[in-house]
Amino acid sequence: MPQRIVIVGAGEAGARAALALRENGYSGAIALVGEEVHLPYERPPLSKAALIDGDAPKPATILSEERLAENGIDHIAGAPALAIDRAGHRIVLEDRDPLPYDRLLIATGARARRLAVPGAGPDNIHYLRSFGEAQALRRRLQPGSRLVVIGGGFIGLELAAAARARGAEATVIEMAPRLLGRAVPAELAALVAARHAAEGVGIVTGAAIERIDALPDGRHRVMLAGRDPVDGDTIVAGVGALPETTLAAESGLALDNGIAVDAHLATSDPDIFAAGDCCSFPHALYGGRRLRLEAWRNAQDHGNAAAKSMLGLGEPYAAVPWFWSDHYDLTLQIAGLPDEGAETVTRPLAGDARLDFHLAGDGRLVGASAVGPNGAIAREVRLAEMLIGRCARPDPASLADPAVKLKSLMV
Amino acid sequence: MAASWVEACAADEIDEEDVIRFDHAGRTFAIYRSPDDDYFATDGLCTHEKVHLADGLVMDNIIECPKHNGRFDYTTGKAKGAPVCVDLKTYPVRVEGGKVLIGLD
Repeated sequence: MPQRIVIVGAGEAGARAALALRENGYSGAIALVGEEVHLPYERPPLSKAALIDGDAPKPATILSEERLAENGIDHIAGAPALAIDRAGHRIVLEDRDPLPYDRLLIATGARARRLAVPGAGPDNIHYLRSFGEAQALRRRLQPGSRLVVIGGGFIGLELAAAARARGAEATVIEMAPRLLGRAVPAELAALVAARHAAEGVGIVTGAAIERIDALPDGRHRVMLAGRDPVDGDTIVAGVGALPETTLAAESGLALDNGIAVDAHLATSDPDIFAAGDCCSFPHALYGGRRLRLEAWRNAQDHGNAAAKSMLGLGEPYAAVPWFWSDHYDLTLQIAGLPDEGAETVTRPLAGDARLDFHLAGDGRLVGASAVGPNGAIAREVRLAEMLIGRCARPDPASLADPAVKLKSLMV
Repeated sequence: MAASWVEACAADEIDEEDVIRFDHAGRTFAIYRSPDDDYFATDGLCTHEKVHLADGLVMDNIIECPKHNGRFDYTTGKAKGAPVCVDLKTYPVRVEGGKVLIGLD
């Protein structure tokens, strides 16, 4: 049993792992090292409630001071990790003594990809990954102000919805021919896009950005190839995220679209594990396909799994990927991997909700995707997730028939 | 001790191992029917982000929040792990004349 476990990264995966160590009977020392000064907090609200609700938002804390103390977790805040001394089994921190470890978990997450077009720089482009960045954006989303979002993915669209909720104008510029990329089936993406358009969000797809110009009045102009320019008070880039692998790379750990881990979330060093957005892992449900997921649930599940693995209790990781995104009163939920499907079966749901099941060529359910009010889709997607996890081959006619309860297919 | 009993629904209105929402006097509750045909009641909103639990999935004495999958034992209200850490308040239930009554304080 290890005596000293250090977790670098105090986000969802790191905080969850710290708790899970205790839940699994570990009694040694736990140090949870975070770069930010805040207590570990939830990130999903940053593009939603933290922009819209209340007067003085606070981070949605995952671990309070009391909970840290109850669990004997040493939270070391505001402490960037500079290097891993693998030979000495120590983490080198800025302005602090090195921390020794028997097992190390890297849970450093992902950072926003920077917009690389002429004229784009730190003075005129905002990003959204942290509470501080959410606060800065919140102050700028005022009635009558105009937000330009570059990137029609989840962050960009949630930001546009938040801007509308605060009475600001919003335009989304996407380089691809449609919103929400490959991860979301086209039919669902079209429903989300239509709702944004109905809410007054300007949507420009297939756009090539030539440069960003400064206007004399302090605003900005996004110049597009062959299209009208788009002006705004605030420009946010939501153009994807990159796994935060600097520590791992500099210490010689294997990388493969993030820190490469095995089915037990172990890196190429058996005393070092990785969890969450920063790592790619083989998924047993999908023939060992290597995935890197930027998702809240995955961070939680990885945190739990990594804790067990570090204690020698681990099983191969096989949680079904699950993801949600909120837009106005609509929720989009995806379980499994829709792009593994060869056939789609649609189940009609109440109202305008849509639920698609994605079946592989051999009939196995490999994904489910839905959009609609949360109450209309959540239960069905959850059951679909369970069916996916059981490698079920449900009868397509039953899936399509809303009179057949999905629960009845759980055999 | 419950101060008053309020009719929430008909007993057969809830499917076996299912949940429905009941709103009363500005409050919202979740009423459950277990696989053994026992009835239970809890506060209706998840203690994590105040989502209606009655939209969630009931399985094996657990209600799972439809938003972030927070889990509670609906027979005791006990939170069963992340992301929820605050228990649900429970209420006494009795069935009379085919009606489900909950005791409100």
